[in-house]
Amino acid sequence: MSSTATPVAQSAPEPASAGIESAPDTAPAGTAGPAGPAVDGGTAGAETASAETAGSAGRKAATDYEDYRLVPARHPWRWVGTAVVALGVAGIAWSLATNPRWEWGVVAQWFTAQSIVNGLLETLKLTAISGALGFILGFILALMRLSASPLLVSVSWTFSWIFRSTPLLVQMLLWYNLGYLYEKISLGLPFTDVRFFEAQTTTLISQFAAAVLGLTLNQAAYSAEIIRGGILSVDQGQLEAATALGIPAWRRSTRIVLPQAMRAILPTAFNEVIGLVKGTSIVYVLAYSELFYTVQVIYNRTQQVLPLLLVATLWYVVITSVLSVFQYYIERHYSKGAVRTLPLTPLQKARKFLSTHAPATGKTTQERGTR
Amino acid sequence: MSTVASSTPTAPAARDAETTRGLVEITKVRKSFGVTEVLKGITLTVEPGGVAVIVGPSGSGKSTLLRTINHLEKVDAGFIAIDGTLVGYEVRGRRLHELPEKEILKQRTEIGMVFQNFNLFPHLTALENVTEAPVVAPRAGKPRSSRAEARARGLELLDRVGLKDRAGAYPRQLSGGQQQRVAIARALALDPKILLFDEPTSALDPELVNEVLDVIRGLAKSGTTLIIVTHEMGFARDVADTVVFMDQGQIVEQGTPQEIFTNPREERTRSFFSKVIEPAFNI
Repeated sequence: MSSTATPVAQSAPEPASAGIESAPDTAPAGTAGPAGPAVDGGTAGAETASAETAGSAGRKAATDYEDYRLVPARHPWRWVGTAVVALGVAGIAWSLATNPRWEWGVVAQWFTAQSIVNGLLETLKLTAISGALGFILGFILALMRLSASPLLVSVSWTFSWIFRSTPLLVQMLLWYNLGYLYEKISLGLPFTDVRFFEAQTTTLISQFAAAVLGLTLNQAAYSAEIIRGGILSVDQGQLEAATALGIPAWRRSTRIVLPQAMRAILPTAFNEVIGLVKGTSIVYVLAYSELFYTVQVIYNRTQQVLPLLLVATLWYVVITSVLSVFQYYIERHYSKGAVRTLPLTPLQKARKFLSTHAPATGKTTQERGTR
Repeated sequence: MSTVASSTPTAPAARDAETTRGLVEITKVRKSFGVTEVLKGITLTVEPGGVAVIVGPSGSGKSTLLRTINHLEKVDAGFIAIDGTLVGYEVRGRRLHELPEKEILKQRTEIGMVFQNFNLFPHLTALENVTEAPVVAPRAGKPRSSRAEARARGLELLDRVGLKDRAGAYPRQLSGGQQQRVAIARALALDPKILLFDEPTSALDPELVNEVLDVIRGLAKSGTTLIIVTHEMGFARDVADTVVFMDQGQIVEQGTPQEIFTNPREERTRSFFSKVIEPAFNI
């Protein structure tokens, strides 16, 4: 007992030197500690308790690091790694800027040329039309695949199977050469002579039509699977609750299931759309003057192959970047309800940084100065 | 409203005068999932404005029975009628033809349902959850509500469950008990004759159970017919005018809470309650 009290008495002066605030706490412990064994000679049980509480108080004070300054762990290798990468990036940037064979002058000259801009608009038109039609058709295909009808399920499955297993290039050429397979296209009752509409295939399927048809059908096959996956990710209980409330089927799909499915659909769907932007370049085989074909026509004439490919590349980068921004905000919109608080937009983050961060550092230095 | 009537189950006539709706008649209902028969000929009548509490071990078919009442689960045999009208079917000659989806939806608007896992629509606010169905669901003999009407009624209902100030909150921003109370408001928005509760407190933390049970207690006095599947025996004793004990797809016995809890006739009932109720007192 006295043995437990002695270290207390010894440890008591220590915190007193460590911090001024802890001194009043330890002072009674220091006096009670030696007083106990001196008076009672270590007999009463009550003394044991008081000595022990005094002991714990003394120990607590000994480990009081309240006034110590925190020093975060250093990560030297992180700095080394950063330096190496920075050096590499700098090297690449330097070579891009200084190697005359990149011919940046030529790139700049063609970047906003009228023919390039026209090609760019065609690319955007193709992407928008076949993307929209592809996703609408994909939504219908996904619903067919999820329906209870075995016929609809197998038609939808077969569609995806065919269009996902044939190269897009082949599909394009096939649509463009449809006139070779079927001279006329007509709408009427099968196995009768009744015709509502009839036309020459070659007049009906222009380059543009073949391009849109090929891209749309191909896109539909992929987006059907994406949308189906999204719909499957929504909890069955949601449909059950909506059904129990008497909400009609179409409304259940569009108001209850689809908005929730969007969270799963959007990241992959944007992947697809971004792929489609560059995928449109494949319609050069139809000699359709979108961005990539236009660039090819120009460099075949001027022989400035790499700079003109760079022009096309830079435009694709611009489109993809713009789409990525859209993606961020659309995903954010659909995440309401799924997260407790919406993440800040980059603009809000910047504002927050400017309003809190910059003045805050000024304040801390001031505080330190006063201390 | 009819506080006196609800506390005395022997006076359905007095209650009829005020409500005259919500009579549920379940007759010889059978249902199998694959080879397992989960409902083996259930016959049960719940009087208008009555409160029936169904208890029993898990897997006894309680939830399935509840789900057949609003045709979420189709029965294999037997039939269910509400105020004398068949649910999900119509009689043509000597046959029962399943109704088209639209007609079934109309019937469902008269039967509210509250789920174990709340099933609130997470992308809609509490108020939007409550106002969705009245605006879009086809109603039997009633026009759809306008947005403004639904909103006013929605706020009133949220107020009734004590959540008017959380009308703009998304379900994920609410506690489990609050979510379930919103779900109850949502079920009430269609002004149903009957309310079905499928283990409404089973997914809740113990300290949140009572806020939900209090809301249901309030409803028991409102004249709406309530059919409640629950494991909360104290609550069942409190609120029920009929307690139904189910086991293995059959109704073993039914009666007043007094009869079932304190003086059960069947051995199976007695052994179930000995397992369920006594451990609660042994804490």
